[in-house]
Amino acid sequence: MSILELRDVHRVHGHGETAVHALAGVTLTVAAGELVAVMGPSGSGKSTLLNLAGGLDRPSQGEVVVDGTVLGECDRRTLAALRRRRIGYVFQDLNLLASLTAVENVALPLELDGVGVRKARLLAETALSEVDLGDLAERFPDELSGGQQQRVAIARALIGERRLVLADEPTGALDSHTGESVLRLLRSKVDGGAAGVLVTHDARHAAWADRVVFLRDGIIVDTSGPLDEPDALLAQDGAR
Amino acid sequence: MSVRHGLLALLERGPMYGYQLRVVFEESTGGTWPLNIGQVYTTLSRLERDELVRALPEGDGGQRPYEITAAGRAELAAWFTTPVSRSDRPRDELAIKLAFALTTPGVDVRAVVQAQRGATMRTLQEFTRLKARSDEPADLPWRLVLDAMVFQAEAEVRWLDHCEASLVRYTPPPTTVPHLEPEGEESRR
Repeated sequence: MSILELRDVHRVHGHGETAVHALAGVTLTVAAGELVAVMGPSGSGKSTLLNLAGGLDRPSQGEVVVDGTVLGECDRRTLAALRRRRIGYVFQDLNLLASLTAVENVALPLELDGVGVRKARLLAETALSEVDLGDLAERFPDELSGGQQQRVAIARALIGERRLVLADEPTGALDSHTGESVLRLLRSKVDGGAAGVLVTHDARHAAWADRVVFLRDGIIVDTSGPLDEPDALLAQDGAR
Repeated sequence: MSVRHGLLALLERGPMYGYQLRVVFEESTGGTWPLNIGQVYTTLSRLERDELVRALPEGDGGQRPYEITAAGRAELAAWFTTPVSRSDRPRDELAIKLAFALTTPGVDVRAVVQAQRGATMRTLQEFTRLKARSDEPADLPWRLVLDAMVFQAEAEVRWLDHCEASLVRYTPPPTTVPHLEPEGEESRR
């Protein structure tokens, strides 16, 4: 079942001769249980794609569909509700609120959405346990390491009924080992039934995805998916 | 790296016979370096000839275990402490292919870069899937072997990105064929 669909999406900034085509006709589907990485040089449209997928920006042409809802047909309130309920964001700068504890940060989107404080907290505690941070729920962000903060952000991104997680360079400031553990976590969350889009310039991180999409000048120039049998690859390699 | 040093390293753990060596070698490298049993025996007989290992009496099952000698230990220690030289590795076919693609008329260099990047990316995904399968402490040796391949593939993708960015600014000079005198021309004149 597809959670995210971009249908011939264009995004043009400006008008006339100075117009910049940030996206020039992108079609992309991400199913439940699928992680798609988006790579490409600076200015190729990666962040624009993520913003459109998350309903933070509107396409100039084409449609964005999240969990069956065409974003362009939503009024602002509906769109805001959809963003809160269905879509989780993980950014490089984590956007955790410094004055709230880990568990309060994770519970916040639910509370904003009208879930009772006690219920939201219980759900947030469960979400933190799932990312192995159950013991640190009462810590403030500045009492957590970078990797732990990113785990809190992932727990928050996928709490409640959220089915789509959008990650923009989520391992940016982390060392390679901690970065890898964050990707493992994202991978396992997606394997659990969410759909994920990961924007990265790092091939090693993109390799955790099921498909890697290359953008250049606002269009998809190539898509790479994994081979069927990894062991066959190794046998070939060794025989060389 | 040679199979030779790998086998010496395994025998440093204790005496083993050919089939055991093969199994443990493949386990240690996470199956990334399959060995056939013939290779193992050929290498063992060379190591024995060079007095780096010594054959022990056959066991009950008829297998002949080998043990490492003092000279073998010295050889192994030297291997561990000597850095691997880049010049010992084969020339990079991909770099050479791209250099030729740039200077050969009618070649779409971007397409060459893209095809390679897609293929390298797929390889990288496969290595990552193998890594994702296991996170046990006991798997660390072979996970590090996999990581080596992961980082090499990543470096290749980064280099290909760099090539692509350089191509954007590249205007090919007119192709020329250097004029060379055929060999021996002078003497025949």
